[in-house]
Amino acid sequence: MLRVAGLCCHAGGRPVIQDITTDFGPGLLHVIVGPNGSGKSTFLKAFSGEWPIASGAVSYDDLPLSHISRVELARRRAVMSQLPELHFPIRVDDIVMMGRYPHFSFRPARHDIEVCRQAMQRLSVLPLADRDYLTLSGGERQRVQFARALAQLWDAPAAGSRYLFLDEPVSSLDIHFQHQFLGLARDLVKDKMIIVAVLHDLNLALQYADRILFLKEGRVVSAGSTPGIVTPDLIREVFGIPARLLDDPVGRRPVIVYG
Amino acid sequence: MRTKTISFGVYYWGLGILLVLTLFVSARVGAVSISYDRILLFLRHALGGEAPAGGTTIEERLFMQIRLPRVLLCALTGAALAVSGTLMQGLFRNPIVEPGLVGTSSGAAFGAAFVFVMGKSLSGPWIDAAGPFLLPIFAFAGGGAATWLVYRLSNVFGKVNVTTLLLAGIAVNALAAGGTGFFSYIARDPQARSIVFWNLGTLSGADWTNTGIVAFTTLAGIGLSLRYARALNALMLGETEAGYLGIRTTRLKSSVLLLNTLMVAVATSVVGVIGFVGLVVPHILRLLKSSDHRFLIIASALLGAILLNVADMLARIIVAPSEFPIGVLTAFAGAPVFLFLLIRSGRRQQQGGFYA
Repeated sequence: MLRVAGLCCHAGGRPVIQDITTDFGPGLLHVIVGPNGSGKSTFLKAFSGEWPIASGAVSYDDLPLSHISRVELARRRAVMSQLPELHFPIRVDDIVMMGRYPHFSFRPARHDIEVCRQAMQRLSVLPLADRDYLTLSGGERQRVQFARALAQLWDAPAAGSRYLFLDEPVSSLDIHFQHQFLGLARDLVKDKMIIVAVLHDLNLALQYADRILFLKEGRVVSAGSTPGIVTPDLIREVFGIPARLLDDPVGRRPVIVYG
Repeated sequence: MRTKTISFGVYYWGLGILLVLTLFVSARVGAVSISYDRILLFLRHALGGEAPAGGTTIEERLFMQIRLPRVLLCALTGAALAVSGTLMQGLFRNPIVEPGLVGTSSGAAFGAAFVFVMGKSLSGPWIDAAGPFLLPIFAFAGGGAATWLVYRLSNVFGKVNVTTLLLAGIAVNALAAGGTGFFSYIARDPQARSIVFWNLGTLSGADWTNTGIVAFTTLAGIGLSLRYARALNALMLGETEAGYLGIRTTRLKSSVLLLNTLMVAVATSVVGVIGFVGLVVPHILRLLKSSDHRFLIIASALLGAILLNVADMLARIIVAPSEFPIGVLTAFAGAPVFLFLLIRSGRRQQQGGFYA
């Protein structure tokens, strides 16, 4: 269980996260949505331990974030951000192996190599293993980064949960891989992983999330279970545009139409 | 992945053998040529074996007191510069960075010029205590200040902007060069002449004391660098991503800057300013094999030692019995490589961003 209590953060001297209190429980796919500049990415960085916390508390499995060492945290929490840009040629399997860095001290064990292979298999990037990352397409790069995050969290810890945070993970993927990605995230949730994703597309959020958190100007406007939480009034309040919900005659969840 | 581990070893062996061969050839050539069997005899004598027939000759003294320290100092300097280039490129996440560009060399030169000219006027108990270490200490302070300044100026919000980096490098290098120029202006004539020569890079001052100091900092520097190899690999993904992998990035950055300054400043205080070794060597190795920093650090130490010895041989041969400034030679060879990389990075920028 990831607990956030009264969290406040600053950026450039301005408050960007203001008094957020929420829980991210196991077995659920949590999604954070909000307009540009609402503080989604800062919020994710703050509870991941990469953004200074001005006040408030974050705890993983009831252990305060400040009491967990960086390496200890990296063994149970992985983050996949918007695509990092590299300037050196490097093999795909070397990038995936970086996910194992918190787990070995000098030379990767046979287990680490096997984990990387399976993680690449799962994201169907195994055929790219000896390719140079710089020659890959945006979608391929995103899958390689996902494989790295998966390799990082491959072994379940003896106690507590594994945490996977995704910051706009599907932004450069085509529709096929968007759905493959979020489908994979759903499978991982069944493995008792706690997943929190920042998404731009409300319809994707509505289709895959168990719980949605609406952020605006650094505050939680509303949070709750899908599909009930999403209403035309809330969309208008958070994003400032009118919207309607249409029932999908085949699927179980409604579809949002704007305008 | 298994085959990769093996071929790293093959590279180390290949480069290691090449280095030993280069050292032998380099020890042979010069104003006085010494044959290989004589070299082996002298080495055996030095290591406690029997003396060569005819006792200790002038030739043996020349080899032991001048040629051998010079060849070793050259290898150590090449290794220090190349490993520092690898570290700086990893830290700035940019393949066009090297100790000369980020101000370490010129800052160290400024600190050393200060000691050359003002050293006699300095006094105090700690100055006397420093002894032969006074020069390296001032070079370290100058190089460290310059590198830190360039890093702070070019690193905006955790990203290194190439344009700002180049401009900051130019400004800080110009400032340090101006300071060095000022000292050579106020210096008495022989001092001034030595500053000018030394600014172009020269290994002719090699003796066992300064070779020993450079050996200590270089070998310790390389050993410590290896501890940061994995963290530098993770840093390729960016500072935030490296942090998510459990790397303490703030500590990593200051440690790497310190190591770079230690190795480059101490070498520079002895041999002067030698540019572009740190740029070219890691670049060749990345093209040859891999960007893995464990490989790059070890292999660039070996290749840097080889290349600088080749350059020094050329410097001794082309205008023998006089010698050509080695820094001029490495600049002739290295600057075109730098321009090539810059042009290529410019093209990449047009294709979509070259900001590290």
